[in-house]
Amino acid sequence: MQMTYLEAIADAMRHEMRRDDNVFMIGEDIGTYGGAFKVTKGFLDEFGAKRIIDAPISEAAIIGSAIGASLNGMRPIVEMQFMDFITNGFNQVVTVAGTTAYRWGLPVPMVVRGPSGGGVGGNPFHSRNSEAWFAHATGLKVVCPAFPDDAKGLMIASIRDNDPVMFFEHKGLYRKIKGEVPEGEHIVPLGQARVVRKGTHCSVIAYGSAVHMALAAAEALASEGIDIEVVDIRTLVPFDQETVFESVRKTGRALVAHEAVLTAGFGGEIAARIADIAFQYLDAPVRRVAAFDSPTPFAPTLEQAVLPNAEKIQAAVRELCNF
Amino acid sequence: MKSTQRSSGKPASKSTSLLTADQRKELLSYMLMAREFDTAMLRLYRQGKAFGGVYSQLGNEAVSVGSAYALDRDRDVLFPMHRNIGSHFVFGQDLDQLMVNHLAREGSQMRGTDGTGHYADPARRIYGNVSHLGAMIPVAAGFSLADQLRGITTVSLTFIGDGGAQVGEVHEALNFASVHKIPLILIIENNQYAYSTPNSLEFACERLSDRALGYGMYGTTIDGTDVELVYATCLEAVERARRGEGPSLIETRTMRMRGHAEHDDFSYVPKDLLEEWATKDPVETYITRIVRDGVMTADEVKALRETTLATMIASIDRALERAWPAPEEGFKNVFMSI
Repeated sequence: MQMTYLEAIADAMRHEMRRDDNVFMIGEDIGTYGGAFKVTKGFLDEFGAKRIIDAPISEAAIIGSAIGASLNGMRPIVEMQFMDFITNGFNQVVTVAGTTAYRWGLPVPMVVRGPSGGGVGGNPFHSRNSEAWFAHATGLKVVCPAFPDDAKGLMIASIRDNDPVMFFEHKGLYRKIKGEVPEGEHIVPLGQARVVRKGTHCSVIAYGSAVHMALAAAEALASEGIDIEVVDIRTLVPFDQETVFESVRKTGRALVAHEAVLTAGFGGEIAARIADIAFQYLDAPVRRVAAFDSPTPFAPTLEQAVLPNAEKIQAAVRELCNF
Repeated sequence: MKSTQRSSGKPASKSTSLLTADQRKELLSYMLMAREFDTAMLRLYRQGKAFGGVYSQLGNEAVSVGSAYALDRDRDVLFPMHRNIGSHFVFGQDLDQLMVNHLAREGSQMRGTDGTGHYADPARRIYGNVSHLGAMIPVAAGFSLADQLRGITTVSLTFIGDGGAQVGEVHEALNFASVHKIPLILIIENNQYAYSTPNSLEFACERLSDRALGYGMYGTTIDGTDVELVYATCLEAVERARRGEGPSLIETRTMRMRGHAEHDDFSYVPKDLLEEWATKDPVETYITRIVRDGVMTADEVKALRETTLATMIASIDRALERAWPAPEEGFKNVFMSI
């Protein structure tokens, strides 16, 4: 069935809420209003106010209460109206949720999900890509889907996972990307990268919106005779390094791309692991394409300038192929 | 009274107490356990055998024991803070297990990943704290929320200090709990000092329970040295919660009679303040009442106290005989599965 990225996420959550009474949602304006992006449109009517909880603007209370409900056998899905606002609930995620399995051996089967990313004129407070913070925090799984079928399959896997999962939806993809999505049960296990385009000259390792930038770059580069392979890692934690290494061993060149800022981004981790494990297969240095190290600016001219795009990926691939 | 399921016995004849003689003995025995736990830990600290912080609860016995005693430990849930050791005993924690957890030895419910009272024991319905004050209050609310969604009323009892009460998460949790009528009881243990910072530099309201009005919930401030008053006040809060009337905020006034932890000489606390509070020692004043009311004789209390201290020391010695956890434990269980 053809679905947008947004519809696929809603479909996954609806499927799980019908299947398991322990799944409930909590967030801001998710009930009557259906969420700021309408991801939960119709959920209140179907599942009622006990399972679709409109909370005060209190991210720490929202996430904290979801953790408490998790400890008591529930599987809460927390909506952050924008993933930027996770900073207000950061302590709950990092200090409490991310340490519980290690300290107590108890599951916190909570999904914290919401729109992240830029390119939509959101300003510095509605555009951030903060996934790397959570990959660094320990004890948290981090998911960044790029396609509707993956968004659904990874969401179902995340809801059923016994660890806390940070689920980053790219708001620019919500209605822009449409694709075939399996109906009913569809699970994409966490920790499995996907080669979304086969190629021979250079591997582009990406996730989220950067996968689409890489695919656009691949089309342009193909006309120049450069054939790139695009690997969508899909989840940062767990990280499927085998699929990445396999691709790099084949192409001998690696470019890592993400929309988040460059410094201490997850691309640095990927690059380091490639350098460590696959060094002997490399014909060129590992390069990164990422956002300039600034907050995401508001004006379109500035925003487009600082964010990565297909052209920046093309230029970097050309350099690697001519190294 | 109906909401507690404690030992039943004939009412104490010479007292106006709500409690039976057996219940009063039980309260005293839990307070003595808390007190002598401290004595034993302090002894350990002075011997240089304690590892990490030793956070005395001296002066807080009535709060942690009286409040936990008002709950039904088979159906309610406890989220204690670091000075609530008495509440662990009321909720039936095994002393040896508690010591092993505190001292992070082999067999700890935290495998050595953490120590002190930070453990969780789901079977005993105890979920410990983290060092970030206030962080567990929304979590406690969420535990009860889960049962509320199932149509069950589970009262969650948790604590914060006069210092921790200034953390933003406390505000968020109380407001959230009140909006959703969550059966949460938060005790603000006002023991006058947040580490070295006095009340006057922590808040400007007269009573910390005044904040309850702003949340639309019940609030009160009571003497935290009177165990039966703490019990009766919490029992009312439990009954309100069971009637679906939501959370309660109870400020208990006590004095932290030691430093923040044992490394702290608390020289910033005026001596006369300590002397004044020493006259209101919750254990000593309760012993006086118990003896006066004929519940126990002074000799019986003395014997109980000595036995309790000996039990604590023996338990510590058994814990110390255990090995440290195997280093491999450090690499396990970051995730439930990966």
